Amino acid sequence: MATTTLPTGPIEPDASAKGTRFGGLRRITAAIREARGVPRFMLWAGAVISALFVITAVFAPLIAPYSFDTYRSGGHNFPKQGSPDGDHWFGTTVQSLDVLSRTVYGARTALEVMLLAVVFSLILGVLLGLVAGYFGGWLDRILVLVMDALFAFPYLLLAIVAGFVFSGIAGGGVVTAALSITVVYIPQYFRVVRASALSAREATFVEAARAMGAKPSVVIRKYLFGNVIQSVPVITTMNAADGIGTLAGLGFLGLGIQPTQAAEWGYDLDRAIDDANAGMWWTSLYPGLAMVIAILGFTLLGEGLNDVLNPTMRRRRISKVLLPAHTRRRTVTAPALPDVPEGEAVK
Amino acid sequence: MSNTSKQSGSLRRYVLTRIALAVPMVLILLILVFVMMRVAPGDPISASQGGKLNATELAARRHAAGFDAPLYQQFWDYLKSVVTLNFGTTFSDRRSVRDIIIENGGATLTLTAGALVFATVIGIPVGLLAGRYRDRPVDVIARLASTISYAAPVFVTAPLLTLAFGSTSGQASPLTQLNVPTQTHILILDAALDGDWGAVNDILQHLLLPSIALGLLIVGVFIRMIRINLIQSLQGDYIEAARARGVKERHVVARHGFRNALVPVITVLGLQVAMLLGGAVLTEKYFNWPGIGRQLIDYINQRDYVAVQGIVTVFALVVVVISLLIDFVNALIDPRVRY
Amino acid sequence: MTEPVLSVRDLRVWYGTDRGPVRAVDGVTFDVRPGETLGLVGESGCGKSTLGRGVLGLTPPAAAVDGEVVLRSPGGAGRNLVGLPAKEIQRLRGPELGLIFQEPMTRLNPLMRISQHFEEALRAHHKGLPKQEIKARALAALRGMGIPESRYGSYPHEFSGGMRQRIMIALALVLRPAFIVADEPTTALDVLVEAQIIKILADLRKNFDTSLVLITHNLGIVAEACDRVAVMYAGHIVEQGDAREVFANPQHPYTRELLRSTISLSTTGLHFIPGSPPDLVEPPQGCRFHPRCPVAMRGCATVEPPEVVLPTGVVSACWQQAIEADPALADELGPGGREPLAAVKEISVADEA
Repeated sequence: MATTTLPTGPIEPDASAKGTRFGGLRRITAAIREARGVPRFMLWAGAVISALFVITAVFAPLIAPYSFDTYRSGGHNFPKQGSPDGDHWFGTTVQSLDVLSRTVYGARTALEVMLLAVVFSLILGVLLGLVAGYFGGWLDRILVLVMDALFAFPYLLLAIVAGFVFSGIAGGGVVTAALSITVVYIPQYFRVVRASALSAREATFVEAARAMGAKPSVVIRKYLFGNVIQSVPVITTMNAADGIGTLAGLGFLGLGIQPTQAAEWGYDLDRAIDDANAGMWWTSLYPGLAMVIAILGFTLLGEGLNDVLNPTMRRRRISKVLLPAHTRRRTVTAPALPDVPEGEAVK
Repeated sequence: MSNTSKQSGSLRRYVLTRIALAVPMVLILLILVFVMMRVAPGDPISASQGGKLNATELAARRHAAGFDAPLYQQFWDYLKSVVTLNFGTTFSDRRSVRDIIIENGGATLTLTAGALVFATVIGIPVGLLAGRYRDRPVDVIARLASTISYAAPVFVTAPLLTLAFGSTSGQASPLTQLNVPTQTHILILDAALDGDWGAVNDILQHLLLPSIALGLLIVGVFIRMIRINLIQSLQGDYIEAARARGVKERHVVARHGFRNALVPVITVLGLQVAMLLGGAVLTEKYFNWPGIGRQLIDYINQRDYVAVQGIVTVFALVVVVISLLIDFVNALIDPRVRY
Repeated sequence: MTEPVLSVRDLRVWYGTDRGPVRAVDGVTFDVRPGETLGLVGESGCGKSTLGRGVLGLTPPAAAVDGEVVLRSPGGAGRNLVGLPAKEIQRLRGPELGLIFQEPMTRLNPLMRISQHFEEALRAHHKGLPKQEIKARALAALRGMGIPESRYGSYPHEFSGGMRQRIMIALALVLRPAFIVADEPTTALDVLVEAQIIKILADLRKNFDTSLVLITHNLGIVAEACDRVAVMYAGHIVEQGDAREVFANPQHPYTRELLRSTISLSTTGLHFIPGSPPDLVEPPQGCRFHPRCPVAMRGCATVEPPEVVLPTGVVSACWQQAIEADPALADELGPGGREPLAAVKEISVADEA
């Protein structure tokens, strides 16, 4: 769950960006360029780690020496629980699988699920938020209640229950896992978009636009692009970080993606508990480390963005002032006027 | 105090309104749970017993359990079961869900409370320090630490903690072997009531690592929130006003800054406890802690719908009750809330 | 004449920003005598509030302050407050120097009862004061402001804006400061409450011999409640003197324009000063008012005017009076320096466009 303090209310668009579709976007890039100090460090560290994660995921087949479910090569089986050596840099698991390959392919699975979940929840959350906020009425009230209920519910439990339900329908694959995570994130987008749409209804310039005959769809689009787009990047990155953790949590509980379908860090960690107790560190260390680094990357990125974009957190830069020597103004004393007759004003 | 009665009156009114507002929330949650359980294909009995029974037997069992009744009838029965706090009997091992809650709920409660204590004890001072000395080294370190603690899931921190601090917890929990008379079903209370301080000590030692592992889940959030709140409250107008009256800087920061920074934390505590309840499932699984979360996972793996529905319903009710309690505490502390 | 309780000499408060230092207060000199009320007037953004805070040492850490603020009250003992260690000036704030704020709604801690605010303020300066004594003093101060005793245990949100401002004043007065800065104390309040508050402030000097700097942009208040007035423009004091004298015979063109802009019963048309106060990062050369001055001369745009002490005791920083006082000074404006400056008309036209 993204727990950074997001600006709760909609951000009033400033005059400069009003009306331009990419005004919001431009403001984001400008804010990023101006970032200094800790937020700047977090942004860049997060961006680099996230990029590495994405590259690993996309080029997994090129990077990993074997496929995630390969247990034999060159005519003979891999060693069972073999410690790291020249053939298997990260060792092998109890199922004779190569840990390096599984760790690399785990990034791919995580990215797939993450992307699907973010896209699903973005579409559904924005759609529902718009409908609720713009049209209001009983539909709005019910949607708000449902979303509040979903939001209040422990998110991992929600994902577990959703996974339990969806796996009954669709089996334990990437899409099922993504859907289970989607349920958790819809309320966040819903809230932000609804609040924006609500204030769009009341904003005077929207009223003016409508009076001039603009269609609701045009009004909504213009307003959203300038407004919601500021908070969405933060929520999305925080959700991406969270999605990796939730997916692994499901896998760790044995409720995630079936081990035959893809490599998944949480599942591997679950299988590695006994190994760790028996002193075999490599089966748990590498997937665990990979996961923490991936989550860290997106969290840093999200936090950095939040620091930069959240107006209440922005800090004016202070520059020390050195006062130049002061030159006092001259003083001139006007001569007392010669006796002015009573009643005559002083000139 | 001439207006004490007026204040307590408004507090009572607030509590009653808040409870009334919670009713639709509970209803929505129950509908959600019910719908989710019915979305799955087939019905609970076919799903769990499908391969094991023949068609007529299956139909008989379905009828007996009421799964061939119309949906509204089923929902009505579900509502009744919730109101009477009798959540049915599991399919797989014929236990009463209520018994599961009573027997295992205490362990989850103890673990969650331990985690909350850890997160508070660490999170509040660190968050205050970071906010007070913004952008100084202590702030940067606290922020990085909180980000890392946030990024590391329970099942990664737990093994690390086990490796670092010895495996007192291990896999087989010796807690169940403790022999204390059962009174509250909360082991640590039972041991204390029994006067068995050795057992209390033993439980506390077992509780330590799981509590830390679970507490790390939210300590980062605590640090971050408190830091931001303090930074914002230190920019407050009443802070400048207090300074203008010559209040010592130390008192300005402590009395006006810290206190006002901590109040908003209470309002998000509900979400944090919900997060802990979710994380408890993972913690209980790793440390073999005998809580409801572990039970839930077992029943999910057996696809036991009644057990899952019952346990999830209880979780939902607990979440609502906790958020109610937190609102009440908040109203006691912050006089503005009551009006 | 009695010795001033507060003497400010060449006070400067500059803020650092990305664009360069903002010269919010740029060399200000004035005196306040015991029991005297000095009105500080000017448009918003000309440094009035910064000046008030600068006197109490409440400027933000990024500000640079120099000059002299000499406090001659018993506790101040003639020390210069500028550069005094934080601990020392903190001890003076409250019992020697008071500050009343513009916006009373957010100045009380919402989580503390009114009683706790008083206890905190009194304990900060009178260690070991018995609880009974604290309560007695607080209630006396509140009674003076017309707040009933029964509200002593209430929380800030239970009061209206006017009541909160009276509580803020009581909180300042309970420490009996010799000198108070009131920063637009009535701007956020309605007219009836405003009259109430102004009367309270005016009574202060009668009852306690308290000196007051009353910051306001409302000239009516100054005429009613102040002995002397200082007119501030762009970080400078452009005119100061006896309030009645300044109102009857405004010398500086800015003062004249301010007075003309005031609405009264005899107003026949609305007058306003064209343009707006200048950017204090790069203030205009010469006289800072010259771009908006209706009688500006060529030389006003290049040479800073001297301060002219007039026989009435009024001090005005304007070339008009300077040349009248000493025609020889006109040479400094250079050849053609006394020609009227035409820029003013253009500004007002551009402003309306």
